[in-house]
Amino acid sequence: MDFRQTHIEKTHKHTRPLISCRFGPQPDCVFFAAEDFQLWRWNISNNEKTAFNTDAWVRGFCFSRDGQRVITGGYDGRLIIWPATATAPQPIHVIDKAHEGWIRGVAISPDGSTLATVGNDHMVRLWNAADGTQIAELKGHVNDEKAIAHRSHVYNVAFHPDGKALVTGDLMGQLIEWRLADRQPVRAWTADSLSKYDKGFRAQIGGFRTLQFNSDGSRLFASGITAVTNAFAGIGNPSVVEFARQDNKQLVEYLSQPKLQGVAWGVALHPDDLIIGAHGGSNGNLMFWKAGEATAAHQFRLPQNGRDLDLHPDGLQLAVACSDGKLQICRMDKKTS
Amino acid sequence: MDARYACQSTAHQIARRGFLSLLGTGAASLAAGPSLLAGLQQQRRRMLVIFLSGGVSQLESWDPKPRTDTGGPFSAIPTAVPGMHISELLPKTAQHMNRLSLIRGINTNNGDHGKGKYQMTYGRNQMPGVENPHLGAVCARSLERSDNPLPGHIHIPGGGRGNNAAYLGPRYASTGVNGKPPANSQRLGNLTIEIDERRNAFRRRANERFLSQRRTAETDAYTQSFEQAQGLMEKRDAFDISQESAKDHARYGSHDFGQHCLTARRMLEHDVPYVQVSHTNYDTHNENFSFHLEQLAEFDAPFSCLLTDLSDRGMLESTLVVVMSEFGRTPRINARYGRDHWGKAWSICLGGAGIQPGAVIGATNTNGTEVVDREVDHGHLFHTYLSALGLDSSSSFNIGGREQPLADPAYGPIDELLI
Repeated sequence: MDFRQTHIEKTHKHTRPLISCRFGPQPDCVFFAAEDFQLWRWNISNNEKTAFNTDAWVRGFCFSRDGQRVITGGYDGRLIIWPATATAPQPIHVIDKAHEGWIRGVAISPDGSTLATVGNDHMVRLWNAADGTQIAELKGHVNDEKAIAHRSHVYNVAFHPDGKALVTGDLMGQLIEWRLADRQPVRAWTADSLSKYDKGFRAQIGGFRTLQFNSDGSRLFASGITAVTNAFAGIGNPSVVEFARQDNKQLVEYLSQPKLQGVAWGVALHPDDLIIGAHGGSNGNLMFWKAGEATAAHQFRLPQNGRDLDLHPDGLQLAVACSDGKLQICRMDKKTS
Repeated sequence: MDARYACQSTAHQIARRGFLSLLGTGAASLAAGPSLLAGLQQQRRRMLVIFLSGGVSQLESWDPKPRTDTGGPFSAIPTAVPGMHISELLPKTAQHMNRLSLIRGINTNNGDHGKGKYQMTYGRNQMPGVENPHLGAVCARSLERSDNPLPGHIHIPGGGRGNNAAYLGPRYASTGVNGKPPANSQRLGNLTIEIDERRNAFRRRANERFLSQRRTAETDAYTQSFEQAQGLMEKRDAFDISQESAKDHARYGSHDFGQHCLTARRMLEHDVPYVQVSHTNYDTHNENFSFHLEQLAEFDAPFSCLLTDLSDRGMLESTLVVVMSEFGRTPRINARYGRDHWGKAWSICLGGAGIQPGAVIGATNTNGTEVVDREVDHGHLFHTYLSALGLDSSSSFNIGGREQPLADPAYGPIDELLI
C-alpha cells in the first residue's frame, strides 16, 4: 500500500448523484445509495447492478455479520432489512416508523445481534437485528434540562468494539456515550470545532458525518466541517477529530493541507495507522493523515465531490460515492500496466 | 383654508399641496374618490407579510415534486384542501390551507437578492434613478387610520425608520419594531403628568403663535412629528409583547421568529395597516435540506398560531396574509446538497382579505423547471395584493399634482384569485 500513489482504478457511472457507499460482504460487490430513492448492489467484475427499492434517500446502512442481510435506514423514517445477495431483493422486515423523520445513522453491534439507529427525532433506538423488533429507546432524561440527552437531530452512531457501549452524536456537536447494560447515558461531551451557530444565517451547522472507533476502541473518530464562516454557502474546512475513549479528550484535529472548503463526508481507518477522509464542497478530494499528525500527508483530487467513503478489507481499495453519480474505486498503490 | 406661508411664493404653494398630500390627508388624495375611501375605512383592511429572507425553496414548501430528479428527499403531504399537497416540512400550515391559496406560476426571471427583494416588495423592477414606495408605504398611505397614532408601516425585527416611502414621504416609511416599546418613548421619570401637560401646552401655544406669522412646510412637518410622537407615546404599550400571556409566549415559541409573530399579532390587533415579519435565512446553497428542516420547522408552528389567532379573532377576513421571498431556489440539487437562486418558476402562499381560499393558481412542470400554466410575476402580484385590500390598483396617488400609479400600469391583478 502506498497512499501517495492513490489513483482511480475503476468508475461506475450511475444515473443520479450518489449519497453513500459500502463494500459488500460478497467479493467484488459495492453497495451504494443514490438520489433515485434506491440502494444499489454493483458487481465490479461483471458490472451487474441490482436495485433495492428503499423509496427513500439512504445515508445510513450496514450489513449483518454473516453478510446475508443489508439494513437500510431511510430519510422516510423506515428501517428495512433486506436479503443482501438476492437477485430481486424484497424486504424481509420493514419497520415503518422506526423514527419520526430522517434516519441518519445505522450501526450493528459487534456480535451482530443488535441494530442501533439515530435520527431527526432526537432519538436513539435499538432493534433486534434478526427480526427488527424494537429493544429499547435511548432518550436520556429529556425532562431535566441539565441531564444528558440529545436535543437536536442525531447524525450518527457507533458501537464500541467491546459491545458494551454506544456513542451517538448530534447537530449541536454533542457526543453521548450510552451504557448498553442499562441503556443509560454515561457521559456527554462536545466536539466544539464540529458545530457552530451561524449568527448571520441564524442556523446551526454541524453534525457528525461519520463516527467510528478504532479497532481496539481506544480512540473515537468524528468527521464534519469546521471553521465555518458562511453556513449556507458551506464555507468551512473538512475536519476529522480524534478523541481518547478514556477521558473524551480531543487528541488531534486532522485538517486538510492545502486547506479545502467543505465537509469530511466519510472516514476510513486503515490498519497501518492511516486516517483517510473523503471531502466534498468546493470540489472533491481524498485526504490522508498519519495517525497523530494533524496535517494531511497527502491529498488526491477527485473528479467531483465525495459524499461517502469505505475501505475494502484488502486495505488497498477505496469506494467513494460522488455527487456526479459516479462511484469511484480508488487504489492506494502505484498504477499497474 | 389656505396656509399663510411666510414667503407666499408659488413654489411654496405647490410644495404645501404636495406636503399635505404626503402627510396630512392620507387616503383623501387617492384618485379613487371619497366613496371608495369611506368603504375602505369601514372595512379596515390590513396586510401581513411574512418575508422568508434568502429565498425559500418552493420545492421544500409550496410546490413539492416528490420522487422526481429535482424533488429532494422530502415527501408531499395532503392539506385541508382535498388534492392540494405541500411539503412535509409544513405539517401545521397544511392544516390551514383551506384558509390560504398558492400561486405556483411565478416567473420573476431574476436571481439577485437585492433585485428580487425590490421586485417583491415594490412591485416593479429596480431602475436607476427611479424611486418607488415600498408595499408597506403604499398600504400605510392608502389604508391610513386617522384615529390611530401608531405608525402604519411596521417591519419586524428592526430598529429606527426606513427610507422606503419615496414620494409618499417619511410619514409612511417603515418603523422597525423588536417587541419592546420604541426607545425614548416614555415620559421622563422626573416629570409628573401635570408638568408634562403644561410643557406640551406651552409648546403648542408657542407653536401656534409662530405659525400664525411664519408657517412653512417644514414647520408643519415638525408639528406633525411632535403630535405623532406624542400619540405614539400614549400607545407605547402596543409594542410591548411582555404584556402577552405566558401561554401565548409558549405557543409561539421562545425563538426570535415566534416572538416576532407574537409582536405582529399585537400590531395587527392595534390596527396597524401593514406589518412585515422577516424570517432569516433560506439562502441554502449548501445543505438545503437540513437547513430547510431547521428553518421551516421554526416557521411552521408560529405561522400556524398566527393564522389560528387571526381567524379566532375574526381578523383574517380583513387581513391579507402573504408569505413571500425574493425568489425561489433551483430545481437542480447541486453537489453540496444545496439549491441556488432561482426566479423562473416559484411560488408564494397567501390568504385572508380579498383572496379566494383553497385555490391553486398556476402550475410548474413535472420537475418544477418551468411554469406551464398562468405565468405571473411581481407586477401581477403587487396589483393582486392591492386589489385584495380593496384598493383600485390601477389608480394613482396625486403627488403635488402629479399622478403616481399605485402599481405598475403594465400589469393587472390575478382576477380569478380575488373574491
